[in-house]
Amino acid sequence: MSILAYNGGAMVAMKGENCVSIAADRRFGIQAQTVATNFQKIFEMGPHLYVGLPGLATDTQTVMEKLRFRKNLYELKENRRISPKVFSAMLSNMLYEKRFGPFFVEPVVAGLDPKTYEPFICNMDLIGCINLPTDFVVGGTASAQLYGMCEALWEPNLGPDDLFETTSQALINAFDRDAISGWGATVYIIEKDKVTIKNLKTRMD
Amino acid sequence: MSLAEVCGIKEFDSSFNSHTIYQNDVNNLCMNFTNNLELGVPPFANPAENLSRFTKDEAGRDIKMKFDHGTTTLGFMYQGGVVLAVDSRATGGQFIGSQTMKKIVEINDFLLGTLAGGAADCVYWDRVLAKQCRMYELRNRERISVAAASKLMANMVYNYKGMGLSMGMMLAGWDKRGPQLYYVDSEGTRTPGKVFSVGSGSIYAFGVLDSGYQWDLTDEEAYDLGRRAIYHATHRDAYSGGIVRVYHMKSTGWILIDNNDCNDLHYKYQEEKENLENNV
Repeated sequence: MSILAYNGGAMVAMKGENCVSIAADRRFGIQAQTVATNFQKIFEMGPHLYVGLPGLATDTQTVMEKLRFRKNLYELKENRRISPKVFSAMLSNMLYEKRFGPFFVEPVVAGLDPKTYEPFICNMDLIGCINLPTDFVVGGTASAQLYGMCEALWEPNLGPDDLFETTSQALINAFDRDAISGWGATVYIIEKDKVTIKNLKTRMD
Repeated sequence: MSLAEVCGIKEFDSSFNSHTIYQNDVNNLCMNFTNNLELGVPPFANPAENLSRFTKDEAGRDIKMKFDHGTTTLGFMYQGGVVLAVDSRATGGQFIGSQTMKKIVEINDFLLGTLAGGAADCVYWDRVLAKQCRMYELRNRERISVAAASKLMANMVYNYKGMGLSMGMMLAGWDKRGPQLYYVDSEGTRTPGKVFSVGSGSIYAFGVLDSGYQWDLTDEEAYDLGRRAIYHATHRDAYSGGIVRVYHMKSTGWILIDNNDCNDLHYKYQEEKENLENNV
């Protein structure tokens, strides 16, 4: 069994028209045993910047704290907000530092540029190889199912409401085919002047 | 004129057409047609002993011969007979292959079997058992006892002990001696008992079952206990889920009580819990 599948989890982020979404399940399990159903895997890194860290739960939290520390240093030194692009480069570098003993997380970054409000999504592997697609990114143990759902549901120029629906349906139907993710879901819709956070009602088995 | 005749070979293929040759082929190559208990064994001596040497490839990696399969099943006896309750999820590794699998096999009107372990193993051997029970019925003009049926099962799978069969089943029935419940597994265990739970979710099911179990349960209480035990197991165990199926074995034969989606049960039980908290 892979250490990346020890705790389970599913994550997806999508681009829309002047908005982005990021969503994840809420399960924290130890292999087959579901320990909690309110586990946070997506973290706020700025007013328009979120990072999701699916994978090994202990590394989810460690990487989040190291990341917040480095981001705060950057923002203090530069006296301006970090952009999603710079943040991703910083995260990628941080992960590659541990090339021979990596953190077992597959990060997903979603946000809007602080100046231009340009939508940004990316994901990377556990040692920091960045992938910058134009449509959607996925991560976690249900990633195969998520690719299938996103490939079928995503279309260009979705508004915030349609983006919420598309993201939610893709996530729920993907993790319903994965034994070790699910048990609730959280969806973030990031727009220029508001961020909407919704908890979804899902199957709890 | 065919080539065979030109070459002077008379009746070259006649022996291949004869019925006996085919019969021999059937007997030698497809023993399973005539005897379901006969499975193809690996082509070497002492398979039970030597098969284990083939569980690693030349590079020392595991060859997938053990099929793991998550399940929660339970069965218990009480004053009204036997209740069986099961989930319906079938997984292959982390992937959920089905949420609607039937894990209770209706062997005949007075005999039910539950499946846990390798899906194919359970389904196949239950089918063979069903046939044998029917043959017994026709030969002896009376239904087979649960004790005898469970022993047939235990003996059949014991022949393949150590060769990778994986199954843990409960047999519930009603015969001359009244309600019966047996546990049989591929290790050769066969034991009668009052309360059983089998599968990856059994630890969670036992927690609920043992705390609510009494001999004097009414029918409705018994169904609810079985249902709740399986539901709680599906909630905690990643490899159990889907639909909770509840069966009742009575003196008049088995009846299906109901099939409930775990999703509906979760929000129903959650509402009940909230109402209870509000009233306190």
